[in-house]
Amino acid sequence: MDIFIQQLINGLIVGSIYALIALGYTMVYGIMQLINFAHGEIVMIGAMVTITCINLLLDLGVQLPGPLLLLAGLLMAIPVSMLLGFTIERVAYRPLRRAPRLAPLITAIGLSIVLQQLAMLIWGRNYRPFPSILPTKVHDFYGAAITDLQIAIFILAFLLMGGLFFLIERTKLGRAMRATSQNPDVAGLMGVNINTVISMTFVIGSALGAVAGVMVAANYDQAHAYMGFMIGLKAFTAAVLGGIGNLAGAVVGGILLGLIESLGSGYLGDLTGGFLGSNYKDIFAFVVLIAVLIFRPSGLMGERVAERA
Amino acid sequence: MSEALLQVKDLKVAYGGIHAVKGIDLEINQGELVALIGANGAGKTTTLKTLVGMIKPAGGEIRFDGQPTARLAPYHYVSRGLVLVPEGRGVFPRLSVAENLLMGAHVRNDKADIAHDMERVYHLFPRLKERQAQLAGTLSGGEQQMLAIGRAIMSRPKLLLLDEPSMGLAPIIVQKIFEIIRMIAAEGVTMLLVEQNAKLALETANRGYVMESGRITLADSAASLLANEAIQKAYLGE
Repeated sequence: MDIFIQQLINGLIVGSIYALIALGYTMVYGIMQLINFAHGEIVMIGAMVTITCINLLLDLGVQLPGPLLLLAGLLMAIPVSMLLGFTIERVAYRPLRRAPRLAPLITAIGLSIVLQQLAMLIWGRNYRPFPSILPTKVHDFYGAAITDLQIAIFILAFLLMGGLFFLIERTKLGRAMRATSQNPDVAGLMGVNINTVISMTFVIGSALGAVAGVMVAANYDQAHAYMGFMIGLKAFTAAVLGGIGNLAGAVVGGILLGLIESLGSGYLGDLTGGFLGSNYKDIFAFVVLIAVLIFRPSGLMGERVAERA
Repeated sequence: MSEALLQVKDLKVAYGGIHAVKGIDLEINQGELVALIGANGAGKTTTLKTLVGMIKPAGGEIRFDGQPTARLAPYHYVSRGLVLVPEGRGVFPRLSVAENLLMGAHVRNDKADIAHDMERVYHLFPRLKERQAQLAGTLSGGEQQMLAIGRAIMSRPKLLLLDEPSMGLAPIIVQKIFEIIRMIAAEGVTMLLVEQNAKLALETANRGYVMESGRITLADSAASLLANEAIQKAYLGE
């Protein structure tokens, strides 16, 4: 029983991180029908910048409680990732806006490789440990263990998602973003500067991605120049699972994927009599993706895309 | 002598080698309702799209409200007072009716006035008020046309461009839409109306232009165009 609860908790934590990243994919897709494959690298750079920043502060002998150091790192990483997201759109996608769909897709993959290599030049090819500055107190929750960090990740993730939903549903910018995603030409007629809206979409998605990157690094105690690839692929899977372009779908897809993966890996050994271990958990994500797409090609919450007259 | 609100001189528009508009002159004065009629493919929609910056002209001059417009980015036109109700209406299907109307006021920041104008639109279109919380995509074609016109009014246009407001609507709904167009005109909104239903358009307008394969072939008062035999034969089906 406690294994079940433990995996449930782990799944929710990882799932909420997936959800944050998936929102970045789905927002960009919703507004310009583009899969921004470089989004995973934005997540990675968020993690790397935070670690570097914390280490720098520690080297300088700054005496601050761990959570404040982490906050300082985050406040550095978020603008860096936002600027990166803005620049990527400006340099790599905007010139191709009227090009055939395949062109920006290839650019996105290329950009993702460039950013990985760049990160490796800056931070090296080894795993970077996350500085041990956070309290390691473990709470007992119905026989399962949960740390302060995990609780904080979960709460922060949902606060950020709530904030994003408020922005999209209740503000003028959000309304302009939704209008642009539904009919960019008419949004332009109404005086919406499409370029600004698209830039904002990248910037907001990148900020969420940076926070998610720090969450991943803190949760697994490490970061790596290639970490963006797998986490990005998983979050992309989550976005497709929920129905790409749909914000609520990204959240549901992320949480669901986290749970499936976590519960799956917890019981995989038992189910296969020890033939497959928990290190096969990554295949779960993609098996689920394939299964859902066979039965619901537009994702769990995606609308069936009808061609407009 | 005061200048016309809209002055178009020798406007040429080309789509990748095809000359859709081959040098036309147009003039619209403050307070007028002008109809632009012609067959399918005559270049009417292209003309309207060029007037609001969706297409860049290949040549000629457009002056609006005393200033040239041709080099503006598309999103600047609405704050200058030019707004288009596009062909096929172009409502935002997954925004509510009220949100669609607010999109019309996107460039405005005067909250109280916007609320006042919303009431004015709801007064013109009581149907929209009943459905203000509904998604625009669930409205009927006629309601969507009302919404598209209401949304354009929300920008407080100096010149309202209407592209085929009768398209795809039942005759009784078309009558209603044109009644509203007359009401808006009576409030002093200047309009350029593109219509395939030439009879209805000319009965509503003060003046008319006839467009044929990219050229203006005739310009006259609406009454004379209605009485013109060639026009009757070609466009009025009489």
